[in-house]
Amino acid sequence: MRWNLLSEFEPILLANIHREHSHTLRVYEEQGGYRSLKRVLADQPREAFRDLIKGSALRGRGGAGFPCGLKWTFLPENHPGPVYFCLNADESEPGTFNNRILMEEDPHQVLEGLILSCYATKAATAYIYLRYEYPLAYKHLQSAIDELYAAGYLGDGVCGSEFSLNIYLHRGAAAYICGEETGLIESLEGRRAWPRIKPPFPAVEGAFRKPTVVNNVETAACVKQIADRGVDWFRSLGTPPDPNNPRDPGSFGPKLYCLSGHVEKPGCYEAPLGITVSELINDFGGGVWKGRKAKAAVPGGISMGLLTADELDCKLDFSGPGKYGCLGLGTAAVVVLDETVSIVDFLHNTCRFFAHESCGQCTPCREGTSWSLKMLDRIRAGQGRLLDLDLLLEIGDFIGIMPGTTICGLADGAAWPIKNAIRKFRDEFEEYIKRTNPTGYMETSPPLALELHSIH
Amino acid sequence: MTNQPAKTETPAGQRVLSDAIVAEIKAYFPRYPTLQAVTLPALHVVNAHLRHVPLQAVVEIAELLELAPAQIQDTLSFYGFFKQDAPHGETRAWVCRSVSCALRGGEEIFAYMCQKAGIEPGQTTDDGKLTLEFGECLGACEFAPCMLAGDTLHKNLTEESAGKFLQSPTG
Repeated sequence: MRWNLLSEFEPILLANIHREHSHTLRVYEEQGGYRSLKRVLADQPREAFRDLIKGSALRGRGGAGFPCGLKWTFLPENHPGPVYFCLNADESEPGTFNNRILMEEDPHQVLEGLILSCYATKAATAYIYLRYEYPLAYKHLQSAIDELYAAGYLGDGVCGSEFSLNIYLHRGAAAYICGEETGLIESLEGRRAWPRIKPPFPAVEGAFRKPTVVNNVETAACVKQIADRGVDWFRSLGTPPDPNNPRDPGSFGPKLYCLSGHVEKPGCYEAPLGITVSELINDFGGGVWKGRKAKAAVPGGISMGLLTADELDCKLDFSGPGKYGCLGLGTAAVVVLDETVSIVDFLHNTCRFFAHESCGQCTPCREGTSWSLKMLDRIRAGQGRLLDLDLLLEIGDFIGIMPGTTICGLADGAAWPIKNAIRKFRDEFEEYIKRTNPTGYMETSPPLALELHSIH
Repeated sequence: MTNQPAKTETPAGQRVLSDAIVAEIKAYFPRYPTLQAVTLPALHVVNAHLRHVPLQAVVEIAELLELAPAQIQDTLSFYGFFKQDAPHGETRAWVCRSVSCALRGGEEIFAYMCQKAGIEPGQTTDDGKLTLEFGECLGACEFAPCMLAGDTLHKNLTEESAGKFLQSPTG
């Protein structure tokens, strides 16, 4: 039955991306674009619109899945302002590209959602923090913003209402940590992107020490769709709350799934939250490539950890991957590893990424990520010891905000692939170490360093 | 010996930011409530014009933004993005080495390109035309392995397409 449901699902967020000139205001308006914005500005008080989004139980699409409407209500009431809005377009999680597609192919959908979100949160200035590596998204967003100013959708008195808004594009400089919301704010302010200790949360004291909302690009697109189609439509899609978990707000709405790695048809696919990894691979991705079998899959960007081939019935909703020992849904970016991949190589790749991207502020993360990389380097150079696996697990278990040793979640993202890969594929690591270091794998004395490792 | 920075591109006192660059930076001022927030836009403007951000430019940006040069340098050095000692090549290319591209041969392509161009990762060819660097996930995983050269995304790289690019690198 699910097969039928999936193949019959009409894309909503991606409905327009294949139209010619889909990034222009003309084409967007032809498809009914900005009608909801005009209606909301004319008929709906801010509070009513904010409560509508809260009632939809929309959860942020950037990775943590925090309820969007709830985040908005954390803004202090009656604050003299200004309130700032930051649209997080620093998408950098390996395997993830859904925001890029939205911004390149349908920037007005994102902007309409952003304007509605600013209206709901009383923000008069919005910054789109866009990663540098997306030049086409930059071009299309900038021309879309220019079109909006010319057409009276931005600036003083949006669409003739009392509400005024300016939107500015702010380009990053190739640093993953700028996707962390307080790192983003620090970077926006012109400093190194060191995440802040929370509290205070950005809603209370964020950009320029003023109340600030940070939302993801796809979240803004969902806001626009909820304004168009209503809460009942949104809640008709996805997974309802788990009755056994009173803290589960459910996983509602459509989701953009990124599928890459060893599949026949990599791409960005839209489906309701809660499809399984194997449905995504087989129904959308045409199966594992070259007729091979899957060995493992990343459920939501590499920081979420690893699923084995036996775990691909994992549901891709906010509580699915956690049931298999993964960190969470993350960005819902699935990366498939076929049976020929060495998990040692996979883990080396993820450790190298996090060692490169750790901002260096917290010692456990700075040292943990770089030592895990040095150990993986040594293992791959044929000098691994079985003891290294326990040391790696020690790093995996002790860095991050969950064990309480770091300021932000980057370290948790670095830890999860280590923990999952070694606990779920320990036999392969042990076999690799014994095979490549037959005389030294039982050594416990301090190892000699390989050559000094530069991370830049 | 005076305590001068080791490598400046220009003799002390000679300004490197043209009036046009300064005007471009100042156009960002109204966007932000603080001048410091213009740091990153200013660095991008300078880098787009000079293909690097020499120390003298840091000093001049600091003057514009009413900050200490150390504050600009602190932010600049956090990002691995801005070169300081010499301009990068006419085209700067990042080949992705993150997981989705690595699974489809990205690292091998990058090694092949460096060998073909006769440079190490991060270096510029002798004719100054191309700088080759690794990049972390470029967010184009459906086109793995991929490369961003200037503003152009090169999709589904093969040795053949990479070799072609190296013959006349543009972006």
